[in-house]
Amino acid sequence: MLYREAGQFKTSYAADQALLPILQDRIGLSLILLVAFVGIPLLATDFFIGSVMIPFLVFSLAAIGLNILTGYAGQLSLGTGAFMGVGAYACYKLTTYFPDINIILLILFSGVFSAAAGVLFGLPSLRIKGLYLAITTLAAQFFLEWCFIRIAWLYNYNDSGAIEVPTRKLLDIAITGASATPVVRYLVIISVVTLMALVAANVLRGRIGRSWMMIRDMDIAAELMGIRPLRAKLSAFAFSSYYCGVAGALMVFMWIGSAEVESFDINHSFLVLFMVIIGGMGSLLGCFLGAAFIWVLPIIIRAVPQLIGLDLLAATTEHLTNIIIGVLIIFFLIVEPHGLARLWQLGKEKLRTWPFPYASN
Amino acid sequence: MNHARRWSDQLSEELGSGASAELLSVDNVSLSFGGVKAIADISFDILKGEVRAIIGPNGAGKTSMLNVINGFYHPQEGIITFRGKQRRRMKPYQAAASGIARTFQNVALFKGMSTLDNIMSGRSLKMHCGFLWQVVHIGPARSEEIRHRRRVEEIIDFLEIAHIRKQPVGKLPYGLQKRVELGRAMAMEPELLLLDEPMAGMNLEEKEDMSRFIIDLNSEFGTTIALIEHDMGVVMDLADRVVVLDYGRKIADGTPAEVQANQDVIDAYLGVAH
Repeated sequence: MLYREAGQFKTSYAADQALLPILQDRIGLSLILLVAFVGIPLLATDFFIGSVMIPFLVFSLAAIGLNILTGYAGQLSLGTGAFMGVGAYACYKLTTYFPDINIILLILFSGVFSAAAGVLFGLPSLRIKGLYLAITTLAAQFFLEWCFIRIAWLYNYNDSGAIEVPTRKLLDIAITGASATPVVRYLVIISVVTLMALVAANVLRGRIGRSWMMIRDMDIAAELMGIRPLRAKLSAFAFSSYYCGVAGALMVFMWIGSAEVESFDINHSFLVLFMVIIGGMGSLLGCFLGAAFIWVLPIIIRAVPQLIGLDLLAATTEHLTNIIIGVLIIFFLIVEPHGLARLWQLGKEKLRTWPFPYASN
Repeated sequence: MNHARRWSDQLSEELGSGASAELLSVDNVSLSFGGVKAIADISFDILKGEVRAIIGPNGAGKTSMLNVINGFYHPQEGIITFRGKQRRRMKPYQAAASGIARTFQNVALFKGMSTLDNIMSGRSLKMHCGFLWQVVHIGPARSEEIRHRRRVEEIIDFLEIAHIRKQPVGKLPYGLQKRVELGRAMAMEPELLLLDEPMAGMNLEEKEDMSRFIIDLNSEFGTTIALIEHDMGVVMDLADRVVVLDYGRKIADGTPAEVQANQDVIDAYLGVAH
């Protein structure tokens, strides 16, 4: 009833190829952006912004990065954590050498370094596919982790081996470091994530995105259509790693404030991979849904006993949360192996024909 | 070799000088995998604007021949001349860029993409808009996309698949998938189109549809077609000339009527009494 495209006729190919061709989708996204840019900064508590929204956005961005590589270009990677680390350490070194350059620009530029690392470790993808490629990206994960520990230059020879984020200002407002408020950091992150999600959507629906999907679906046929596997695969690695790198820099500079090698370990790679799988391979919306499912849902579940007045031990709550999340993951993967995004898609299809499902097509 | 030359000369006289140009010629090509000789010293040519059928029993080397022509396999011996350019080794994407398109025996569509995107993917070589324009998706990137969409819609109309334009191809019935694959190859606007069993597994009606598309494609768009097909009725109706392979060797080359009368061909298909 509410979600129906009847009467929305397209009279040009431009209108038919718009990012959101259906009016209801445009209204929906506008509302979400309004809430994200105005509602949350004005109304939400610091805890909600700092511990829920900021991590959610950082992981969404990392998930977009991995989804471009795995979901769109079909190259499985377990090196996401390390590529995030490259971005973070690059940003740290850049701001050490160029303290006067705006930190947001440096964060965006630091992705270039992880893109380079991505291309380097993406080279085996020209020969290796699938799970075997995943194992070679594991090499990237462990090698880069080793670099983060052994190359003291990366963390400015600190005794702790960690990088501490210095305070950096934009128009006299602190946006990184201890004195930056969660609202300011949130606004920076949401702007970056919105912009980069839009860029990803644009690239994916054009020639380049199509070339990645061609390689994913049938590499032999893609080559016959004139796609050069070398260029397509490495550009996917570069683009994807750029996103992961920026996500890593945002994670350290805008969220946790300091980082050591554990922040970029294999667990993070798996976490982001699970977000992509649960959210939906080959779907940008899925990245956000997956990040919400894996990161935000546990926080909500953990808060429930307190809200309803149950006095449980912290450890008990933690175990319960793990159990519930695990069960939900299994449940959703059985209901829809293609992830939450596909579930949402199916729901929309149903709504489109409701209440006359037999009238479709 | 001489045999083939004679026939091509005769045909060019029939078709007039405009159609006489040799588009592709395969000269003494041999291909072997280890000890197995897939193709042994084969020569034939394809004239501009004709429908050239390649037939033969299973395992005769027909698909290997196509794979050689579009660069998947590199023959150990022999030379391939396409549009006057000789080559021995060529990558598939270079073959695509030089104007060779192809469909596969087993449908090789991009299963996760819609019909529209599949056919759009055939335009990849003709789209050049840079990365930065793609990022913002305005100006040249957008107009390029729309320009090619218009061309793709013409192909969709031609193949009568407008109703499945936005459906993922993985869910389409087999006959339609074959048709989308043809559309994808058409979108490349190739000089030479290689069709590897375009009618395998189809019912009579679907075969008739596909035959009509191939004839129209050849006569309206002037696309030169090399066709592998097992349905002899289709081959004899569609093809201008037929080359027959058996065990990797060429055993006959000529018009459909001639090939049908050739004793070697009859033996290859029906077997020889010992």
